[in-house]
Amino acid sequence: MVSTKSLVSISQYDKEKILSILDRAAQFEQNPNQKILEGKVVATLFFEPSTRTRLSFETAANRLGARVIGFCDASTSSTTKGETLKDTITIVSNYADVIVMRHFIEGAARYASEISKVPIINAGDGANQHPTQTLLDLYSIKKTQGRLDNLKVAMVGDLKYGRTVHSLINAMSHFNPTFKFISPKVLEIPSSYKLFCDEKGIKYEETSELNEEAIADADILYMTRVQKERFTDLFEYEKVKNVYVLTNKLLEGTKDNLKILHPLPRVGEIADEVDENPKAYYFQQAQNGLYARQAVICDLLGV
Amino acid sequence: MGQDSSKEMKVAKLCNGTVIDHIPSDKLFKVISLLGLEHFSNQVTFGYNLESKKISKKAIIKISDRFLQPEEVNKVALIAPKAKIVIIRDYEVAEKIQLELPDEICGDVKCLNPKCITNNEPMKTRFIAINKAKGLFMCHYCERAVSTEEMLLKE
Ligand SMILES: [Zn+2]
Repeated sequence: MVSTKSLVSISQYDKEKILSILDRAAQFEQNPNQKILEGKVVATLFFEPSTRTRLSFETAANRLGARVIGFCDASTSSTTKGETLKDTITIVSNYADVIVMRHFIEGAARYASEISKVPIINAGDGANQHPTQTLLDLYSIKKTQGRLDNLKVAMVGDLKYGRTVHSLINAMSHFNPTFKFISPKVLEIPSSYKLFCDEKGIKYEETSELNEEAIADADILYMTRVQKERFTDLFEYEKVKNVYVLTNKLLEGTKDNLKILHPLPRVGEIADEVDENPKAYYFQQAQNGLYARQAVICDLLGV
Repeated sequence: MGQDSSKEMKVAKLCNGTVIDHIPSDKLFKVISLLGLEHFSNQVTFGYNLESKKISKKAIIKISDRFLQPEEVNKVALIAPKAKIVIIRDYEVAEKIQLELPDEICGDVKCLNPKCITNNEPMKTRFIAINKAKGLFMCHYCERAVSTEEMLLKE
């Protein structure tokens, strides 16, 4: 088994590591164009297409002076000819200095990290992990609030399947947060995460109503998609889809420092009018992904 | 105890080796495959559908001239947690092994998640104990939790 540094899951980072990556990201925000990876090759293997994430990683690599190889459509790659992931990773790790991979199969990045001679960055493995998303979420929180400690974070929408929510709970657990879980009953937070909060002494409340009261004391409002595919009962979906829409009216009584985050893309859970609200931060949040990814790539390459 | 030992006599008495007793009868063949006994060259004898006071029908396995280590037999706890394992030396009980769930299970258990890499690539599964008291394990790859009751052994 090859042992090399990889980023597979946010849970492998402790508090110090998270803070050091965020500091590095802040430096890249000041100066994103640094040719410190000249001569390096970054592979982006997207077995599952995700234009947004791929462009963010490739921009990060390009702004650091690295060259990018890879594919963004597995149907044109050798995997459709029946090649195992093991073979693909073995071959690409002979060419590249770091491999960014996204796969629809869960655990693919962990397995790749055990095979690869070079670091793997997990850019999403099915419903499992997407650690650079969590780092950009943390970066956005720190940047807008000036700190990560002692914040009230309201999480809204699909808390059952939403991997970004689960990873954020894990990462924020180092910083004494208070959570408010706001979701329809069918998409409520799994008991394992409540158990996790209990074990860490993290305070949380649950509610199935998205209203003024539920978000009145929040510092961060973390919105997620409520996806139709998650519902076996479409009547249930029709009932909740319009209830979980954030509007300017709902935001009237919220704190001045409140910022709204969303991992994007959204499908209607934030009304368009909110885009102009100074509390909306989701587009800047997406841009912060560039700096967080620059920091992760450099960290794994030891640069 | 006296009654019990006379019943055990139905299966050849062991001079040296390992006895695995109090296996529910319907789990016998699973225990055999889990321990890979079909690959043993030692003499192995089985008793099946024996009467038992503790469980309805029990099975017993006796392995001659082989002293199994706790880490070899601990995986039996996954399917027969009440099984009793003793090491016999010179017809006497030399040691009783207390079954304990293993810290890790490699290769024997199938992940229940069809989207898990272990079900999509020729590779070994790996599960890590996250709460032994509750019998909870986590797939090392897809990170889904699974309880010992839900676990499926690999064919
Ligand atoms: Zn799995």
